[in-house]
Amino acid sequence: MTDATLSFEEAMDKYDPVLGFEVHVELNTKTKMFSSAPNVFGDEPNTNVNEVDLGMPGVLPVVNKTAIESSIKIGLALNCKIAEKCRFARKNYFYPDTPKNFQTSQYDEPIAYDGYLDIELSDGTVFRVEIERAHMEEDAGKLTHMGGATGRIQGADYSLVDYNRSGVPLVEIVTKPIEGAGSRAPELAKAYVAAVREIVKNLGVSDAKMERGNVRCDANVSLRPHGRERFGIRSETKNVNSLRAVEHAVRYEIQRHAAVLDSGEPVIQETRHWHEDTRTTTSGRAKSDADDYRYFPEPDLVPITASREWVEELRATLPEPPAARRKRLQADWGYSDLEFRDVVNAGVMDEIEETIAAGATATVARKWWMGEIVGRAKNADVDPGQLGVNPATIVELNKMVEDGKINNKMASEVLDGVLAGEGTPAEIVEKRGLAVVSDDGPLLEAIDAALAAQPGVADKIRGGKIQAIGAIVGAVMKATRGQADAGRVKELILERLGVEG
Amino acid sequence: MTENNELIRLSAAALAEKLAAREITAVEVTQAYLDRIAAVDGKVHAFLHVNADEALAVAAEVDAIRAAGGAAAEELHVLAGVPIAVKDLIVTIGQPTTAGSKILEGWHSPYDATVVERLRAAKMPILGKTNLDEFAMGSSTEHSAYGPTHNPWDLDRIPGGSGGGSAAAVAAFEAPLALGTDTGGSIRQPGAVTGTVGVKPTYGGVSRYGAIAMASSLDQIGPVSRTVLDSALLHQVIGGHDPRDSTSLPDPLEDLVAAARTGNVEGMKIGIIKELHGEGYQAGVENRFNESLELLKGAGAEIVEVSCPNFKYALGAYYLIMPSEASSNLAKFDGVRYGLRVLPEQGPLTIERVMGATRAAGFGDEVKRRIILGTYALSAGYYDAYYGSAQKVRTLIQRDFDAAFEKADVLISPTAPTTAFKLGEKLNDPLAMYLNDVATIPANMAGVPGLSLPGGLADEDGLPVGIQLLAPARQDARLYRVGAVLESLLEAQWGGPLLDKAPSLTDSAVSSHGGSH
Repeated sequence: MTDATLSFEEAMDKYDPVLGFEVHVELNTKTKMFSSAPNVFGDEPNTNVNEVDLGMPGVLPVVNKTAIESSIKIGLALNCKIAEKCRFARKNYFYPDTPKNFQTSQYDEPIAYDGYLDIELSDGTVFRVEIERAHMEEDAGKLTHMGGATGRIQGADYSLVDYNRSGVPLVEIVTKPIEGAGSRAPELAKAYVAAVREIVKNLGVSDAKMERGNVRCDANVSLRPHGRERFGIRSETKNVNSLRAVEHAVRYEIQRHAAVLDSGEPVIQETRHWHEDTRTTTSGRAKSDADDYRYFPEPDLVPITASREWVEELRATLPEPPAARRKRLQADWGYSDLEFRDVVNAGVMDEIEETIAAGATATVARKWWMGEIVGRAKNADVDPGQLGVNPATIVELNKMVEDGKINNKMASEVLDGVLAGEGTPAEIVEKRGLAVVSDDGPLLEAIDAALAAQPGVADKIRGGKIQAIGAIVGAVMKATRGQADAGRVKELILERLGVEG
Repeated sequence: MTENNELIRLSAAALAEKLAAREITAVEVTQAYLDRIAAVDGKVHAFLHVNADEALAVAAEVDAIRAAGGAAAEELHVLAGVPIAVKDLIVTIGQPTTAGSKILEGWHSPYDATVVERLRAAKMPILGKTNLDEFAMGSSTEHSAYGPTHNPWDLDRIPGGSGGGSAAAVAAFEAPLALGTDTGGSIRQPGAVTGTVGVKPTYGGVSRYGAIAMASSLDQIGPVSRTVLDSALLHQVIGGHDPRDSTSLPDPLEDLVAAARTGNVEGMKIGIIKELHGEGYQAGVENRFNESLELLKGAGAEIVEVSCPNFKYALGAYYLIMPSEASSNLAKFDGVRYGLRVLPEQGPLTIERVMGATRAAGFGDEVKRRIILGTYALSAGYYDAYYGSAQKVRTLIQRDFDAAFEKADVLISPTAPTTAFKLGEKLNDPLAMYLNDVATIPANMAGVPGLSLPGGLADEDGLPVGIQLLAPARQDARLYRVGAVLESLLEAQWGGPLLDKAPSLTDSAVSSHGGSH
């Protein structure tokens, strides 16, 4: 069943969107939030667990101090106040991914609160997003439902549970309602999540890989008629796990809400599941403010105290804020304002920085990311960083071009091979027989044939119109099926015609 | 047999001395206790599991080390080779842990509780696991899913609870020492009704890691023994900081054994809590209590009266906080990862229904009652009125204690309002059952330490009466200092330990239905 939608433009004509985000950041601490088991992604299921993570009888939690430090750093980077004293609570609900059948989470006493983040949109407009709180909690295990058509628990024959993720430290960053974004709401959504991701990555407190779920976004959307102050009823789209998806999900929900409101029906307060394939959401669980988790202060933990001295010590370790970093990188790389903004908007600033760190020049890094990779990512419908290009590949490809082993056209083809998993650039050049023809013999043959076929052009070149050489070079490249080094071809033509280049 | 009977009647301190002097061996002692368990536990039912092979192996190891002499023998803990029983709420590798519940029947813990690690480090043979009210919820041990424990003084009566198994084991000479847990009196009240000593340490004084939680903010592991000194010796083994328990106090442990050995009340102020005696307390209990006051006065203590007006709200507040925490702590028993799993008899097989069927079949009535109470007390809209108000009462009780300890060095009261009642007498009257803990609950609510020791036999029924001492938080040593003095004064009056007056249990003339007179 597909929900009705209005066009985005019509939705915007009629309604004013209000957004809200809950971004979960997995911290990259060595051990878990409350146990000494390793916090490692991707291992054999149920190996990174101990009796605490499995909720065995008699176990007790102990707070990970590094996780507290990371949380305070995140709070400071989001311009939050840091609580001098705060507590954990228990959120009680029965579900098999939560081994204790309660989640230990901060509730009414978050470690960080009342902050903001200034978000730069694509045209340079700065939009301030108010942060309500950033609180600590533990991740749940991972359920895999087997045998059902949808991968959901309904209809499954059985379910497998992996507690490796159970107890991984999380910081949940919650915004205040975001008003006034108007038609830029989808763009703001993407830019906000990108900014949070950038912050936690630069702080070094999270691996910040959205594709691994290190940064996960729940997007709240509601609409109200223009001019009305009271918020409409919201939906919460869960686990939107790429920057593009955040933008698409907000756009889709705006269009869907608008159609519901237009039909005179009330919007249902519920969670929605995001489907990347159809770029739509479907109804999840009805969610009301009356959901009763029977929160109470976690009696197995003592309150966390963050002395002002400690907070200031941590503040002193913070890296430069994103805006300052951008300024510095632009200056270092020598990009124009326009070039730099394009890089930021394409979401490849970090990737370019890594590529430069791997040994490429700023110009080469930009050429590859903006010229080759961004387009491919768009076609593949993924974020450029998730396409699978690593900086070393770019450096290797570029060196091959500079050494004259392959030309740019071939390099692009080799990149396709790398992305198709055919091997390293060197292996692909070998396998596909892509080496540039550097033996002058076959080139001279082709040049002579081309000059003979276009005598008029040859005369023009002899007469000093060097720019006419393109036609001959083109014919030679065609004859050698693109495997010639165009620079060398040009030299040889001029030599042949006795003209100084 | 005579010789063994002498062995089992020795205190842990005396056993330790004889072991160190190599007058006896740890294997002899352990075997004597295993023989006693075999002889009387059919009547008492203090044990849910007997751990004979491991206990004897540990004893043999201690004997071998002593026989070899040298540094290893020198380094042996003073209690090495002295056997101990462990309440079945505390997890142990190599033995089942049931918490007295069907829901954990057959479950073996993959890890040891911190206190068990410490017993093992001291090389104390673990005789087995003792009976308790299911998940320590009760005051009579009748709520055990494995049948009740009987009071060695009168097998028709309750041994107290929840730690009736540990108290009865020690009272029946089936173990010289035992571990208990005390959430609202589960160590002290069984101590009172079985004529034994039990101590609830300061909250945080002993690690809770590995004690299956009932109410996290109230639970505390503590010693059960026949003498005050023995409790101090055991407390010294299990106490002290544990990084695995966030609520564990960082303070180094005081020398509790020295306090017990050098007991002195000269010039001490001992406060009678006005609200914890008199009306509602059995006359025989009141008489023994007054007698103890006279003895302490005679030893140079000054008796003062203090008032703790908010103690009257303690029971009510306790029955909101305890079930609230318990409802959450017991949520993990769902049949998904360990323990009992019951499938619903009909209808769809969903995870919620499997959890429901498992909990319906695995938990007993008292556990369900408390889970329901706690779930209700924490519910949205009721939280402030119930859980929130109860926490405020808790603060008021702490203030009452603070004020009382301004006037007195230790406080004193009867441990329980009555002597042991008959099995079954209060089983269908939860409120009457809950009233047993009226004098012990305030200490848990405030986190202060408490000790119960035998105060004699009640005139009307000849059953043991307990005297409770309470000290400020982290002043557990005061309990031992005063307790040791009172114990020696009382024993001088009785002409020996109170337990000398208990039935032998092996005498065929004592039927399981006989009274104690």
